[in-house]
Amino acid sequence: MSETNYGIAAEFDSAADVLRAAEKVRDAGYRRWDVFSPFPVHGLEKVMGLGNSRVGWFAFLFGAGAFIGTMLMIWYMNDFDYPIVIGGKPMFSTPMSVVPSYILLVLFAGIGTFIGMIALNELPRHHHPLFAKKRFALVSRDKFYLVIGSNDPQFSESVTRKLLEDIGGQHIEIVEDK
Amino acid sequence: MADTSTSLESLAPPAELRRLPPVPQDRSLGWFTDKLTAFNEGKTPLWWWVGFFITAFGATVILPVTLIYKISVGVGVWGNNMPVMWGWDIINFVWWVGVAHAGTLISAMLFLTRQHWRTVIGRAAEAMTVFSVMMAGLYPGIHVGRAWFDWFMFPIPTYEDMWPQFRSPLMWDVFAVNTYLIISSTFWYMGLIPDLALMRDRAKTRVRKFLYGLFALGWTGSARQWHNYEKAYLVLSGLATLLVFTVSSIVGMDFATAQIAGWHETIFPFYFVAGAVTCGFGMVLVLLIPLRKLCHLEDIITLAHIDKICKMTLMMASIMGYIYLVEFFIAWYSGNPYDAWVFGHRMFGHQYVYGGWIMLLINASLPQLFWIKRVRQNLWLVFVIAFVLNIGMWFERFVIIVGSLYQDFLPANWGVYYPTWVDIGVFVGTLGAFFMLYLLFVRFLPMVPVSEVKGVSPEANTHRPAAVKGGQP
Repeated sequence: MSETNYGIAAEFDSAADVLRAAEKVRDAGYRRWDVFSPFPVHGLEKVMGLGNSRVGWFAFLFGAGAFIGTMLMIWYMNDFDYPIVIGGKPMFSTPMSVVPSYILLVLFAGIGTFIGMIALNELPRHHHPLFAKKRFALVSRDKFYLVIGSNDPQFSESVTRKLLEDIGGQHIEIVEDK
Repeated sequence: MADTSTSLESLAPPAELRRLPPVPQDRSLGWFTDKLTAFNEGKTPLWWWVGFFITAFGATVILPVTLIYKISVGVGVWGNNMPVMWGWDIINFVWWVGVAHAGTLISAMLFLTRQHWRTVIGRAAEAMTVFSVMMAGLYPGIHVGRAWFDWFMFPIPTYEDMWPQFRSPLMWDVFAVNTYLIISSTFWYMGLIPDLALMRDRAKTRVRKFLYGLFALGWTGSARQWHNYEKAYLVLSGLATLLVFTVSSIVGMDFATAQIAGWHETIFPFYFVAGAVTCGFGMVLVLLIPLRKLCHLEDIITLAHIDKICKMTLMMASIMGYIYLVEFFIAWYSGNPYDAWVFGHRMFGHQYVYGGWIMLLINASLPQLFWIKRVRQNLWLVFVIAFVLNIGMWFERFVIIVGSLYQDFLPANWGVYYPTWVDIGVFVGTLGAFFMLYLLFVRFLPMVPVSEVKGVSPEANTHRPAAVKGGQP
């Protein structure tokens, strides 16, 4: 059964309801579940134990790489490969190279942040099992979905459905993996 | 809020010291969704078509005609001459970059400083940034004369090892403006992704569903996605904030590096940042005051928001006034006869004195009216002041560029500068392109960030007692 199902979804009416429901799902010992909401519900990241997002590392690595890379590039171009005396200025110096390096740090750190966000969120992904559910379109409006994945070790169609009913979920339905 | 007890009420600051709530209404999430997407989903109003055709004429007829004429004939079709080798091209470049800066300041810097009132105007301001940097970026590309050699500006490996020369701030400018365009577009697009998903879910036609869905990248709004998204938003706004201070500083260094009296000043980087933000706030007001009315967003972008932007404009204009006075003081105090000549002639010369007086009277003095609360609440007056301020800031760049160049060190070199129809045409074309892009933006994308507004609305508060849940329908 569980091979063809993505999980079980329950709908909630408010951020407060879904946050309390999420606490109960965590206390019941589930590991593979997620909450879908029209805006970031603060407090969920603690309940789900998400920790610090790794996006910051993408920004740091891209930015640091760009800064060092640009310094080296300027040295290579203006001092090593084709030095030209201009106004008696040194071929390579800190003031002339820090500004463009800093600008490219900002550029690549920004691109890295975006790439990090996209990669960590596994986007672009234009198909998702939840998109097949008609009511899921309301999640971007004013509803909240709590989905317990069928790949959770504790997943059992009847017990999980019972838990979602007990914590106040409405419109509980199986999400097929198609 | 109903849940504050009387003891808490007595501890709260008096009403005039309280922070503006990020969203003025206590409404349901669905109400916000319908309200903020209504303009995108409704019938296209007549004013939009009229505005679109007028601006599209500038963008698709005037701009290409003047650009093709200028590129095929040469810089001679402009009014640029010796000694005034920088004319409207660079004036407009600096002006457009300046307009962009207030957008980033609102969307990124006010986000970092936790000014939640900026939520409702953040996207509109960032869109202004993206479109005006596009217009700014056009000018250096065509100003170089032989535009087909623009690729010389980039570090492209060629057989002749012809590298950019990084000892010049003009080279830094190439990197700064392109970075600004890419980062502000990325920041703007990333902020749009959740709302594109909302538009996808609400779309009624196949075309809309496909296009919004394509650009929403399959966003589901899961807690994991929001978690990474919020972090990325924070990091990107930190990076964009750096650009508020960097891009115009480097534009200022383009001037400060030259020997020309009136340009060779250490205050220029800061001067250009302050001028940029002043001008940009003027443009924010010029755009938002009509659009909030025309798009029926008076309940969302309230008078209190306009009031805040007016106060920011007042602050920046006062900084401008201070910088103007410092310039005059240094010109006198340095004892440099060339500086004294330029600054004396700025106010009492014979050719471009009007520009100098416009700087002092409009840019530094007119916004001082914003000290008066009744002025800040009169939308017509605010609109007129902001509009005139934009023109005044354009003349500031005219005074700095043309006013410093036309009488340089050798009287035998002196000349005057008049723009030609091509100068005017390119500027009118970029104005058309800017407003056309902005009209397309407000028509097809939610002008107010729906998910962010819902996130700061009272109903999003998870600690809110169930008794008051729902608020007004």
